[in-house]
Amino acid sequence: MATTSGHTIKAFDEDLDRLRALISQMGGQAEHAIRESLRCLVQHDLDGAAKIVEDDKKLDALEIETERRAVQLIALRAPMATDLRDVVAAMKISSVVERIGDYAKNIAKRVPLLEASHPIEPLSLLPEMGRMATEMVHDVLNAFVERDAEAAIRVIERDKAVDDFYNSIFRTLLTYMMETPGNIGQSAHLLFIAKNVERVGDHATNIAEMVYYAATGQHILDRPKGDEMMVESI
Amino acid sequence: MIDTIVPTPTDADEVDIVAGPPKMSARDVSVFYGEKQALKSVGVDIHDDKVTAFIGPSGCGKSTFLRCLNRMNDTIAGARVTGDIQLDGHNIYDPKMDVVQLRARVGMVFQKPNPFPKSIYENVAYGPRIHGLAQGKVELDEIVEKSLRRAGLWDEVKDRLQESGTALSGGQQQRLCIARAIAVDPEVILMDEPCSALDPIATAKIEELIHELRGRYAIAIVTHNMQQAARVSQRTAFFHLGEMVEYGKTKDIFTNPVEQRTQDYITGRYG
Repeated sequence: MATTSGHTIKAFDEDLDRLRALISQMGGQAEHAIRESLRCLVQHDLDGAAKIVEDDKKLDALEIETERRAVQLIALRAPMATDLRDVVAAMKISSVVERIGDYAKNIAKRVPLLEASHPIEPLSLLPEMGRMATEMVHDVLNAFVERDAEAAIRVIERDKAVDDFYNSIFRTLLTYMMETPGNIGQSAHLLFIAKNVERVGDHATNIAEMVYYAATGQHILDRPKGDEMMVESI
Repeated sequence: MIDTIVPTPTDADEVDIVAGPPKMSARDVSVFYGEKQALKSVGVDIHDDKVTAFIGPSGCGKSTFLRCLNRMNDTIAGARVTGDIQLDGHNIYDPKMDVVQLRARVGMVFQKPNPFPKSIYENVAYGPRIHGLAQGKVELDEIVEKSLRRAGLWDEVKDRLQESGTALSGGQQQRLCIARAIAVDPEVILMDEPCSALDPIATAKIEELIHELRGRYAIAIVTHNMQQAARVSQRTAFFHLGEMVEYGKTKDIFTNPVEQRTQDYITGRYG
């Protein structure tokens, strides 16, 4: 149900807007961290990777701030219906976005472990996969700010492409490992990194479900079905 | 990745099951004060084991509707009620209906506690006495004690039953009024903003009392306090400008209302 007008108490609107702005800010940082970690990986940028690990603390702090504000808003404003769903969604989304930041940190920590001199080929695929996953995060957080349930569903539909990407990289790396056992170490790191990026797509999907619930009051599984996509699980 | 969700029943779900026909059932009820129509074709069910809350802004008709349920509007000159209200399947506006008897079956508790200027004992004993519910003093004593116990007041007043009811605190007076309503063994209790004159602790005691009385009596409550409606009721009806806009399970009304007007009101966007 769309919300037509602001609250009688204007400060209530300001509190809700603030919460939404925090989520956007967290999302922006997490997207940047994922993209940047993959750039550092490809370019073997050790300083950049160290900065990503350091910057993750900021995301953790933002998550705490979001939670603090959400709890305060519940205590002081007693939000109802769509407002309540928004606040609960904001709390849950912030912890998911924080988790996405952790994946970026994890990728960054692997940068020094990979050999700069002999990069193996699947490395070049990761930035593209990362772009797809971070765009999902970007779009789903926009959907949250806009309360757009349809946009959230479109994000969910894109997760399959990221999964396919992962499966393709997985098979390629397996081949590398079998051909040259000397590559196993490198390949294992890349496989973990690809898995991390694949998880970013899953988390974007989780956020999309929360956005759908916040916007409509219905769980996505209960929505009127126009198609039968995405009920499959891995 | 989505896993199948298996819903687990909660307490709230268990009390949500409706068993049997409603205790009271209103259909197409309109009320006119002279030329002015105060209530427009309202239909609501009140169930035996549930608390039904009526919410809405001032002047929306919720108190007017509550007062239809035991024909309190009969006492207002120029008030006219149309439509059908049934108690256990019998039309309460039937000319053969004994209104005094009806008001014993459908009791009422008002916004401002209104004990009689008599002793605590007499406040509770008055109803059973005029309705001839007690055979002698012993039985009357029993009714008074049982009613005061059910109203959660017994322990506080048992040693001073002969003191004036008006000497009690506001919250105690309201519980005395509830004891008075219970004493005539009603089937339905109507409460018109029973806590709006009370402090938060006294309010919490009344809410706890409503919770305990649920199951024994069908209860309908009018409240301005939406949190109170959310806390005490299982069904909520939202009134606006004389219309009943939405009626449903309380948990649905407060998490996901269907109507935009309900949404705007409960989220604080109305007006």
